[in-house]
Amino acid sequence: MTMDRRGFLKLAGFIGLAAGTACARRVAGPGSRYTTVDGAEDAKRWAMVIDMRRFNTAEDYQRVIDACHKAHNVPHIDNVRHEVKWIWTDTFEHTFPDQTHTRLPEALTERPFLLLCNQCDNPPCTRVCPTDATYRLADGIVAQDYHRCIGCRFCMAGCPYGARSFNWVDPRPHVDHVNPEFPTRNIGVVEKCNFCVDRLERGLPVRCAAASGGGIVVGDLNDPDSEVSRLLARHYTLTRKPQLGARPNVFYIVDEDVVRGEEEHVG
Amino acid sequence: MLAKALTGGPRYYAWVALLTLLALAGAATYTHQYHVGLGLTGMGRDVSWGIYIGQFTFLVGVAASAVMLVIPFYLHDYKTFGKVVVFGEILAVASVTMCILFIMADMGMPRRVLNVMLHPRPNSILFWDATVLTGYFTLNLLIASVSLYYQARGDHHPKWLNPFIYLSIPWAISIHTVTAFLYAGLPGRHYWLTAIMAPRFLASAFAAGPAFLLLCLLMVQRFSRFDPGDKAIRTLAKIITYAMVTNLFFLVLEVFTAFYSQIPGHMTPFAYLFAGIDGHNLLVPFMRLSVVLGVVSVVLLVPSRTRNNPTALVVACVCLFFSLMLEKGFGLIVAGFVPNPLERVVEYWPTGPELTIVAGIWSIGLLVLTLGFKIAIAVREHEMAVQPQPQPQGA
Amino acid sequence: MQGTGKNLAAVAIFFLIIASPHLINLVYAKAWTGPTEDTPRIRAMADKECIESEGWMRRNHMNLLLSWRDAALRDTDRIYVNGRGERYDISLMRTCLGCHSNREEFCDRCHEFAAVEPYCWQCHYAPEQVAKEGWR
Repeated sequence: MTMDRRGFLKLAGFIGLAAGTACARRVAGPGSRYTTVDGAEDAKRWAMVIDMRRFNTAEDYQRVIDACHKAHNVPHIDNVRHEVKWIWTDTFEHTFPDQTHTRLPEALTERPFLLLCNQCDNPPCTRVCPTDATYRLADGIVAQDYHRCIGCRFCMAGCPYGARSFNWVDPRPHVDHVNPEFPTRNIGVVEKCNFCVDRLERGLPVRCAAASGGGIVVGDLNDPDSEVSRLLARHYTLTRKPQLGARPNVFYIVDEDVVRGEEEHVG
Repeated sequence: MLAKALTGGPRYYAWVALLTLLALAGAATYTHQYHVGLGLTGMGRDVSWGIYIGQFTFLVGVAASAVMLVIPFYLHDYKTFGKVVVFGEILAVASVTMCILFIMADMGMPRRVLNVMLHPRPNSILFWDATVLTGYFTLNLLIASVSLYYQARGDHHPKWLNPFIYLSIPWAISIHTVTAFLYAGLPGRHYWLTAIMAPRFLASAFAAGPAFLLLCLLMVQRFSRFDPGDKAIRTLAKIITYAMVTNLFFLVLEVFTAFYSQIPGHMTPFAYLFAGIDGHNLLVPFMRLSVVLGVVSVVLLVPSRTRNNPTALVVACVCLFFSLMLEKGFGLIVAGFVPNPLERVVEYWPTGPELTIVAGIWSIGLLVLTLGFKIAIAVREHEMAVQPQPQPQGA
Repeated sequence: MQGTGKNLAAVAIFFLIIASPHLINLVYAKAWTGPTEDTPRIRAMADKECIESEGWMRRNHMNLLLSWRDAALRDTDRIYVNGRGERYDISLMRTCLGCHSNREEFCDRCHEFAAVEPYCWQCHYAPEQVAKEGWR
């Protein structure tokens, strides 16, 4: 008897579900069932490659950030302590503090990099979450269930990338442009980039990637012909803080042109 | 038995009234925080735990310290602690009460707290911390109330209580070990990522907890007819001395590793705490004060001449308690977040409402402690009244 | 027994407090009116059928919503296929509220009557709420 990967995952998931949460039986009407969207049948391993050669002007970064934050109703809060960020920028030396030294070209150290949740293979945030409110899906995406989060912020202490934001204040009044098809969050829960999991599972493109004009590529690491696999095979890429063992799935292309920097960055 | 907590002199009532008032102020402020969110505090996206979690951590230690009386008395039959061990257990109950309240105050979604039990995740240390804390609370409440109940009738505690007493010993170690694991297992938080976090926690706990208990017992000695006995107090002082010296030794070990290795990630939090980084130095005076108070306490505690001098002992215990409260109840938590994962320095300072809630929780804890001590003292005074002519006395 | 009268009074007060919600409701409770289904999308439907039968939905909608939530968020199942073989996108805001675009008459009326306060709306937008606030 053979069992394909999906079948195995389903069985394993079923056993885990039955053993772990006997009360969480799924409710369905007579003869009804749950399934995935067509075409999303194969188990994928999502990853992102950020091609830093394509980010040269402030506009290049901003349109990516806006696309994400508007689509996901990310509030714009002026108080820096209460800021909520799904994708944002910081300079090379702050993005890769362990991969920098004083003799790097200034064009590189001062260059802004895009930061977001790394969708780690071995995420500390899910390890420390006491309620399974944040968890890793089979396709590699680290998801966050705002319905279950108790707001203990252990995940924020656990995340070595500063990718998690807590709702210190009611975010609703700070949502500038409402996307009525996406919820906001409420006071007291932790949120972060969801890798557009809801869109990937429906076969739709990831928001930031779609707005990046090719600077951000999302794809399947299991597929050697996917664009992410090909980019990773051809270029020198960095991940953030690899020595911590979290194994991030967001890769940065830092080729020669990036190191040298474009005219716009210098000075 | 409980009725004994309701009678007392005017000073007693004034003290209880003061605590109640502060507790109410804390509760009112907490209600406000519940509605507007934790933005009311000084915490933020970079320093996401503050004084609530700091005080929680410190008080877990105070709670665990009851074991410093339980081990000598129950395991080594050290009779001198016979009359005071219950005070240690009451202190444990009061401390765990505060711990639970501080956790609740820190939670973004307090009404979902039961999710920790409904969707348990054994790989989360917080799940284990919730488990061991409730267990420790139950154990000490049980042991203290049952033994007091039997002592009030002039009896020894029943045999069935013994397993619970013995269980409470490893359990006390567990609450502080698990609490240390909350911090010690996080990648990228260099200040916390140390294998001696749990030993450090235990050493500081066995110094701060007994020091607080000793101060309480001296007050009991002064304000009630029950005398815990000089010998018990002297033994306690010795325990405190050993624990505090060990604690300072551990701190030196941490400083050595950080600065001899010259690894920036390990040095910067110390630099932030004791010298400040680029003008960010809010915590510096407090951390320096903590070290000075700690050293003063050791200087007073180590020579037996000063240790056995009541005034010097009080000064030493007060210094020690506040030294550790600043170090563990505040600096330790903040320094885990400074600098942040992006190597930027963002400082934290508690706000007025935050401190009001802290004061409120301490008041509730002291109220529990006061009522518990009141009952225990009444039982002890009653024993003294009946002991000279041992006749069964009708209720 | 001294103080029997006092005890009885205390018991009476206790029951009065316990029964107070019912007593208040005896005077103030309004008659229950069912939800209305008068929305543009439903009006346009030839066969006015929800994803499951009306009775089933009335009894089970809350549990179905919880199951939808867990299926979509935790098991990547984004499609619900009912007994008639119709496929639905598992989405409160697109699927449920797409038709039931009258939160006040459809959701709130019953929830208020039953004194339940679901926290859906702290995060999820009701379509007409967005329309009213003009996408801010």
